[in-house]
Amino acid sequence: MTSSNGTEPGSLPTKITVKDLRFFYGDSLALKTINLSIYANKVTALIGPSGCGKSTLLRVMNRMYDLYPRQRAEGEVLLDGENILTPGQDLNLLRARVGMVFQKPTPFPMSIYDNIAFGIKLYHKVSKSELDGRVETALRGAALWGEVKEKLQDSGLSLSGGQQQRLCIARTVAIQPEVILFDEPCSALDPISTAKVEELIDELTEKYTIAIVTHSMQQAARVSSYTAFMYLGELIEFGKTQTMFTAPENRQTQDYITGRFG
Amino acid sequence: MSLYDARRRKNAFYVTLCYAASAFGLAWLIWILGALIMKGAPGLVPATFTEMTPAPGNTGGLLNAIVGSLIMTIVAVLVGTPIGMLAGTYLAEYGNRSKLAFVIRFINDILLSAPSIVIGLFVYQIVVAPMGHFSAIAGMVALAIIVIPVVVRTTEDMLRLVPSQLREASAALGLPKSMVIQKIAYKAARAGLTTGVLLAIARVSGETAPLLFTALNNQFYATDLNAPMSSLPVVIFQFALSPYADWQQLAWTGALIITMTVLALSIIARVLGSQRKKS
Repeated sequence: MTSSNGTEPGSLPTKITVKDLRFFYGDSLALKTINLSIYANKVTALIGPSGCGKSTLLRVMNRMYDLYPRQRAEGEVLLDGENILTPGQDLNLLRARVGMVFQKPTPFPMSIYDNIAFGIKLYHKVSKSELDGRVETALRGAALWGEVKEKLQDSGLSLSGGQQQRLCIARTVAIQPEVILFDEPCSALDPISTAKVEELIDELTEKYTIAIVTHSMQQAARVSSYTAFMYLGELIEFGKTQTMFTAPENRQTQDYITGRFG
Repeated sequence: MSLYDARRRKNAFYVTLCYAASAFGLAWLIWILGALIMKGAPGLVPATFTEMTPAPGNTGGLLNAIVGSLIMTIVAVLVGTPIGMLAGTYLAEYGNRSKLAFVIRFINDILLSAPSIVIGLFVYQIVVAPMGHFSAIAGMVALAIIVIPVVVRTTEDMLRLVPSQLREASAALGLPKSMVIQKIAYKAARAGLTTGVLLAIARVSGETAPLLFTALNNQFYATDLNAPMSSLPVVIFQFALSPYADWQQLAWTGALIITMTVLALSIIARVLGSQRKKS
């Protein structure tokens, strides 16, 4: 891996540190010894051609892969210095700290209100009025409140695709995680909805550490402070987004960013 | 252009065949329904629903048979549904591709297509024979055994239709698996699961063979589960074969009642099913 200018280790607080991570789908090696830092309260974009392992890497950070028996990870992923890959890790608590928003909007088959309240009730015993308040805060946080405040009891599935995705973000924010992982959150959305979600991601950095997988180079350039370029299961280059997009050190990075392959 | 014409003629030919095939299939159904209504409707008088099955030559109704059918069907469904749902949930959510799940699925498929008379004989052996007499309990056991595989199958199928993204999204919120199943998967599959239960009800409410060996029949109004109990299918079977005109009339009317009930349930199942697609 080559490192672009301006990322001396230790210059920023690190939220997640990936150390010598190897990942397997059955017998096939999908991630080859990844080392990477995700800085606190910054947006880190993971880019690279399809199949390079960027989504796989993201799904290690909340151990989503654990749902599938034939997938496993080796190495260390430190969240605030604690290795989350240890067998004793409580997965539900981990996922409450590290939230995730998916490619396809996935509202639950219940009302807009319950979509948000559901997660809150899972972790906190709150009164009805406090719950109302927290639902509103979450929906405001996801820039959705104005559009849905009149129809909180309607099904979450009745919303448009872009609204559904913001509902999913609100749902994730509502349980107050520390990190939010975005897995191509805009690939199913139109440009206007995409702009809204991107704006939202920008605002979320105040409180949260964010990692986003995206296929859109422009999106990576717009929303992220740091970018990691991956290729064939390896981390090729990591650095400040500005540096990566203007003066990448690695030839492959440059080829990808300028659209010569991928 | 001639190639196009040939293709169009071929298309017209096969479309006509499709229509003809549909009409052929539908014609029998309409014929059956028509005959049932023609012959059964005259018997739809209040007495049918208030009086007991008569002795030959007397007037009477079907009350004991209707009540018997209701009791046995309801209890069978109440017993069979939870067992079937739990097994179906295991297959879809936990067993998946394990050997045990494979075996259960295989056996369930056999049970699903087992002739109901075999189930009747089986229950005769394990319930009726040891008890020494026919009883409603035995009838319920037989019907429940028919309900279970239907519900297992639909539960598994419907839970598998719940998109994996929805499961991942639930897990990503930190929901334990049990909660994902109860609060998300069941909810998403609710219409399908209801359809499965309705189909099971439709299936058992017309079963005759398993009841002949278990609940048998009862000329009188009976709610004692330890005694033989009357049911519509068995009454129809018995009355339709009899030489008495008023018994035959009651058989037609009973057949009409069952058919209409099953038809109504099927329509409800369809409506619920189409709602699922919309949501």
